[in-house]
Amino acid sequence: MQLTNAEISSENVMSKVKKQGQGIASLLTANPKATIGIGIVIFFVLMAIFAPVLTHFDPNAFSQDGSQPPSLTHLLGTTRKGEDVFAQLVYGARISLLVGFASAIGSTLLQVLFGLTSGYFGGVVDDILSVIINVFLVMPGLPLAIVVASFSPVKGSLIITLVLLFTTWSYGARVLRAQTQSLREREFVTASQASGETAFRIIFAEILPNEIALVVSNFVTTFTLTVLAEVALEFLGLGDFSQSSWGVMLFWAQGQQALMGGLWWWFIPPGLCIALLCAGLTFINFGIDELANPRLRHEKPPKAEEQKKAQEEKQEVMA
Amino acid sequence: MRYLLRRVGFYLVALWASVTLNFIIPRLMPGDPAVAFLARMQGHNITQSQMDALRTLFGVQTNVPVWVQYGQYLNNLLHGNLGVSSSLFPETVTQIIGEHMPWTLGLVGIAVMISFALGTVIGIVIGWKRGSWLDSVLPPILTFLSAIPYFWMALALVYLLGLVLNWFPIGDGYDLYSTTPGLSLDFIASVVQHGILPVLTIVLAALASWVLPMRNTMITTLSEDYVLMAQAKGLSQKRVMFRYAARNAILPSITSFSMSLGLIVGGSLLTEMVFNYPGIGLTLFNAVGNNDYSLIEGSFLIIAIAVLAANFLSDILNAILDPRVRQGRS
Repeated sequence: MQLTNAEISSENVMSKVKKQGQGIASLLTANPKATIGIGIVIFFVLMAIFAPVLTHFDPNAFSQDGSQPPSLTHLLGTTRKGEDVFAQLVYGARISLLVGFASAIGSTLLQVLFGLTSGYFGGVVDDILSVIINVFLVMPGLPLAIVVASFSPVKGSLIITLVLLFTTWSYGARVLRAQTQSLREREFVTASQASGETAFRIIFAEILPNEIALVVSNFVTTFTLTVLAEVALEFLGLGDFSQSSWGVMLFWAQGQQALMGGLWWWFIPPGLCIALLCAGLTFINFGIDELANPRLRHEKPPKAEEQKKAQEEKQEVMA
Repeated sequence: MRYLLRRVGFYLVALWASVTLNFIIPRLMPGDPAVAFLARMQGHNITQSQMDALRTLFGVQTNVPVWVQYGQYLNNLLHGNLGVSSSLFPETVTQIIGEHMPWTLGLVGIAVMISFALGTVIGIVIGWKRGSWLDSVLPPILTFLSAIPYFWMALALVYLLGLVLNWFPIGDGYDLYSTTPGLSLDFIASVVQHGILPVLTIVLAALASWVLPMRNTMITTLSEDYVLMAQAKGLSQKRVMFRYAARNAILPSITSFSMSLGLIVGGSLLTEMVFNYPGIGLTLFNAVGNNDYSLIEGSFLIIAIAVLAANFLSDILNAILDPRVRQGRS
């Protein structure tokens, strides 16, 4: 996450950075929203990686101490069957992050493939690909995911990943298609065409780097979406119950009436973790937005003079 | 006109795709509704021909080629015949959907309208007063609200407002014991009382998606020359804010308004599960648990059609509001 964000930041405001003599590292901290977001995401990634260090409990081991409130032994208490909630939480981060990340990566690849191809070629190729993109766009995602996931003979993380991948790619593809259509008319593309580069090279080596900010922003949005949808599917009972994950935790907590029984320490932590993670991802996206759209960046209301200056700059760029 | 025809053509293709997907998915998967039905009815010792009859009734025939089944399926759809439910036997799927669809449409319609109106107004105001304390406090809070898993927030609210404080009923669409459905005041009051909490949770979860885009387009619009011109003319703040800036900034929000109607029909599945609300989402979910092919297909189809219709509506609205779209120059 950190790397990709550094990449887009550098891509997008490279000229500005050079002008102001700032390093890439300071860019990450220049936007407070992005900094907070990246911090939160790194926190959860570290939590997932170092799960065995953070707790010595097995997340799936039952014990005699059922329904214990938080204590020094069990930091977040225990479930009805005596599983350690803190252990489930830190190990659960692994599945939740992995499934969300894998489906978001796959979805982003599809977005790039469909969006750039249909935007670059236009004509019949675009017509056909557009219909496919738009059909997927208007399919009701969650109901479709539930129907597929529940009918599938194998249950668990893999099928959830695949279902999420195929139900989330269309929106990003449409956004990238529009961007590619406008980039296609630029001089550097015409120049590449004139020098005889293959379409494949033009699309992925010339056009793609120029819209990498958009791709990353789409990826972050998709990641947020897949994390939330994954939790929802698992909560509905379509997950893999042998592995602990945040959605499965909530499924058991609800199924065994954690809230009614006063076991709030079982119900609240997974939900809070998901909310924090997704808020962090959204903040990263705000940071990207503000880097890409200078109008959103100023904290003070734009004064007439600044506006004029911005206009002049814009004209300069256009000319 | 040409634009409209193209859109109609596209939605026909999309409709065909959903119908076909709807036909394929259940047939690719294991599980036999006839067997599930027998298990539920505890019927054993039936003959092969009885079994075949059951399968025909529930829309799965193992001895007929798939393309013939597909033809029959399309033909049945055209006649509005969606089959018989195996879990709620002997009700037909059309009957069941007819009973449950109004609940979803009412709940979702009201929730979307409230969150759209509220969110857009908040977005206009904080976009106008950017940099104020409201503008710096609200967006982060709303972002966090929308990042919370919806069902988790809904369950927490049910627990707090329903069980602990006892302000609202915790489930169902109306009081099942003391009222009977009909046009009586008692029943309507009961429906409203049972609807408040679900609507509240949807509005809370959806608010950010209205406020933040509206705020951002508002800010972009505010730097346009015609807004500066209006201010220079000495027009009142309110007039500039609503008639000049907001009027032009609202277009994307209106487009997503109708689209989100469709999205939420699909997304209401979680709401209906949490609140045990008798809508189409709960029907679909229960049908999945019961291996009820016809009902799954029927509910999914009706949700898909609702989403398509909402998108079509959004296209038409867009064409009416934005002349560039209408003239096919986009």
